[in-house]
Amino acid sequence: MDILTLFVIVPVITVIILGFAKDLKQARVIALIGMLVQFGMSVNLIFAYIKERSVNTDIMVFVKDYAWFESFNIHYIIGVDAISVVMIALTSVVVLAGVFISWMVDDLPKEFFISLIVLSAGVFGFFISTDLFTMFVFFEIAVIPMYLLIGIWGSGPREFSAMKLTLMLMGASAVLSVGILGIYFNSNADGGALTFNILEIAQVNIPEAAQNIFYPLTFIGFAVLGALFPFHTWSPSGHASAPTAVSMLHAGVLMKLGGYGIFRVAMYLLPVGAINWSDFFIVLSVIGVVYGAFGAIMQKDLKYINAYASVSHLGLVLFALLMMNKTAWNGAIIQSLSHGLLTALFFALIGMVYGRTHTRDIAKLGGIMKVLPFIGAVYVITGLAYLGLPGFSGFVAEMNIFVGAFQHDDTFHRVLTVLVVSSIVITAVYILRMIGKIMMGPLSNEDYQDLPKATWYEKIGLVLLMVPVVFIGVMPFGLGEMIKESIEPFLERLL
Amino acid sequence: MSWESLLLMRNEMGLLAVIILLLIFEIFSTKAQKGKIVSVAIVLFIIHTLIGFLPLNQGTLFGGMFKTHALLYFFKNTLNIGVLILLLQSADWLNKTVVEQNKSTEFFVLLFSSLLGMYFMISAGDFLMFYIGLELATLPVAALVAYETYKRDSAEGGVKFILSSALASGTALLGISFLYATTGTIYFDAMAAILSTSNLSVLGFILFFSGLAFKISLVPFHFWTADVYQGAPISIASFLSVISKGAAVMILMIILFTVMKPLMPVWSKIIYMVAIATMFIGNLFALRQKNMKRFLAYSSIAQAGFILLGFLSNDELGYSTIVYFIAVYIFSNLGAFGVVQAISTSSGKENMDDYEGLYRTNPKLSLVMMLALFSLAGIPPLAGFFGKFFLYAAAASKGYYFLVFIAVVNATISLYYYLLVVRAMFLRKNPNAIPFFKSKMYMRLGLILAALGILITGVYSPLYNYIFEISNSFLN
Repeated sequence: MDILTLFVIVPVITVIILGFAKDLKQARVIALIGMLVQFGMSVNLIFAYIKERSVNTDIMVFVKDYAWFESFNIHYIIGVDAISVVMIALTSVVVLAGVFISWMVDDLPKEFFISLIVLSAGVFGFFISTDLFTMFVFFEIAVIPMYLLIGIWGSGPREFSAMKLTLMLMGASAVLSVGILGIYFNSNADGGALTFNILEIAQVNIPEAAQNIFYPLTFIGFAVLGALFPFHTWSPSGHASAPTAVSMLHAGVLMKLGGYGIFRVAMYLLPVGAINWSDFFIVLSVIGVVYGAFGAIMQKDLKYINAYASVSHLGLVLFALLMMNKTAWNGAIIQSLSHGLLTALFFALIGMVYGRTHTRDIAKLGGIMKVLPFIGAVYVITGLAYLGLPGFSGFVAEMNIFVGAFQHDDTFHRVLTVLVVSSIVITAVYILRMIGKIMMGPLSNEDYQDLPKATWYEKIGLVLLMVPVVFIGVMPFGLGEMIKESIEPFLERLL
Repeated sequence: MSWESLLLMRNEMGLLAVIILLLIFEIFSTKAQKGKIVSVAIVLFIIHTLIGFLPLNQGTLFGGMFKTHALLYFFKNTLNIGVLILLLQSADWLNKTVVEQNKSTEFFVLLFSSLLGMYFMISAGDFLMFYIGLELATLPVAALVAYETYKRDSAEGGVKFILSSALASGTALLGISFLYATTGTIYFDAMAAILSTSNLSVLGFILFFSGLAFKISLVPFHFWTADVYQGAPISIASFLSVISKGAAVMILMIILFTVMKPLMPVWSKIIYMVAIATMFIGNLFALRQKNMKRFLAYSSIAQAGFILLGFLSNDELGYSTIVYFIAVYIFSNLGAFGVVQAISTSSGKENMDDYEGLYRTNPKLSLVMMLALFSLAGIPPLAGFFGKFFLYAAAASKGYYFLVFIAVVNATISLYYYLLVVRAMFLRKNPNAIPFFKSKMYMRLGLILAALGILITGVYSPLYNYIFEISNSFLN
């Protein structure tokens, strides 16, 4: 068995064993073991990748190719480059932290972990595949468990949010399927055979007319998951209703599938379409960045604040991707990583605060730091990292994005870049206001005096997410080099 | 013609033997033995199904009236498996209600006769054989729809079915006679060589197509569907929506792709419009259904619209994707109907509201239902996803991207109402949920077979690859 397919096999085996679990204790131990193995494998993958990269200069390494549906020339092809490796590492960290955070799921625990791990299997599969069809299959597998996860274990208007989220995301993937078929049936434009193999299609020059039609379909299909304005509306309600671990996994990892897909499929395979449509989508992404930031200012519910902040920050990822140069793309990928970790941290912390105080309304919270020092301290650090303080991952990412964006010297790009940069200030406003209100100041409610302290599993979950944030912030160079190397072949297509 | 060549009719002879054996059993069995008729029928049918998998030559009989081919064998076997699952799922209902009234032999004889008709219809080499098969496939079902004579709905459904299918058969026959008038032959091969676009042949085609559209319940010929499904016993509703529809699609495809090939520019436009109408109307009506049988009726109308996408490709891709989709659809729909049947037999409840909180009392049943519905909605890695995606591919291969777009929009709409059932089963908590019950062995077997089919037929690619291969050889 090759080391990549194991990333799908291990979750599947975990799910099967989970099927026999009898209660919460068994379920969480099984889930934990499975995800620990997954985590170990992803650490191993990073080192294996660095080693392999020094001798192998292909775009993808660890490539395996198995024929699947021969008549359609559908293959199960897997392979990774630096970008997929870091995404896989991110996913395994967030899933593992998610299992710790869900240590006390009371209702249907077995089913909860099964859905969570099926979701992660889809995400892992998506990041390892380099065949459009395989990728699409995993994409949908990653989305559908959200319905059960939000619907059964969620809070508030959970049924509505779950339905809205599922329909919008599956609708997007339906649009995407048209785009994929369009790419497939044009993949013989240079006289070769029809293929779903991404690397092979990248050698083909698909006619411009077809690119202009299928690029927006593919782009939007992925970008809905990346919360592109105006298709972001599933995100706030979905995140607000979802249970903690699901919000973490969803905002932290699943939404990254959008940017990754745009980078790997839409722009790589349809470069002419990407250039022709870029202005239109840049405007949308800038609206998303600014609108998300202002939306976050207006919210009173902690989860809504974070959800709108995610719209804003993922808008930044899309914006960076659309800038189409190396620095910006490097920033986009680090931003994906950084946002994945930070937003997962935020959702975990919000879940902890909510679990103790039973409110997410910032007006009712105050002075939490005094009673929950550990959670409070991590909250403050996360907030500072989120608004881009140097020394944390957020700064590295945003710096790269803005430097990349300023490399365009025409007025259109300049104006929009300035608008986007201004969103940093707005981010600072809502983050600092939120931290100031709920963490600092006098205790808002006497009942909060004896809130239980953070438990061991909560601490482990938080530390797991915190370590890479600091690591990326302090030593971004190795990571940047690795990513830049992998970006190059993709960027070449657009020049 | 030698005796050996009669072996080509193996499926037909085998089924006939099963029917006759059942009748003999009915005559000579004692009262105590009569209670075992369900098991006897199932065992006989299993043997018949297994025989169907033995390798066999292909050829023609009766001067080209009857044709066989690997693809046709495959399709008959698929129908057999579907009927087998259906029998297993209805065994409990038969034992509970029908055996006591001493009507179970008729049930099997009618059901198998209808299946026999479908065999002949699929294997037809000329319009005469086709028409005989069509009638044989339809008439017994009318009796079956009205089987629960003590229920008003059932009788009403039977009348509706017989009237509409008589009209449909008549329309088809009129169409066939027009086609005969333009070409002077009823043989498929000969007609294909002569047929050309003229007003009369187009009219003939439209009438013929309308007749078959009734059977497949395509819009605007779908009005009978919901009422008949609701009135009929569940096993017959699922027979109509799965087996009968599958067989009708198959023969329509064969005729359109071979005989009517010269009329392709005409029929592809008609199929295009009918597909859009069928998908939208089936889906939009399904949204508000509360009765599970009506719900599945509209969902199966919508699914028929998806099948039409494959017709537009008109080559081996069309054949293979449609046959594959039907195979997949049989498992998915039988999974859903099986659960409805199980719940209805044990508690008599058939409404979506009754399913609330089902997962907490009957988790396995709910899981099968969820698998079946997700497969119908086209969620990977279940079989339905592959079936649908390949149909999209078949339409896209001829450049019908807009139609594919309409189809995916409809797939999303359909996901909504499939999720409504999932919502009722999984998301809702209900103190009055249907209490836990243990299904009988046959029912469990039927559901397991359907679930296995849903899980395996998609991801396990050799099945589709095999269908593609035999479709290719069928075409040439």
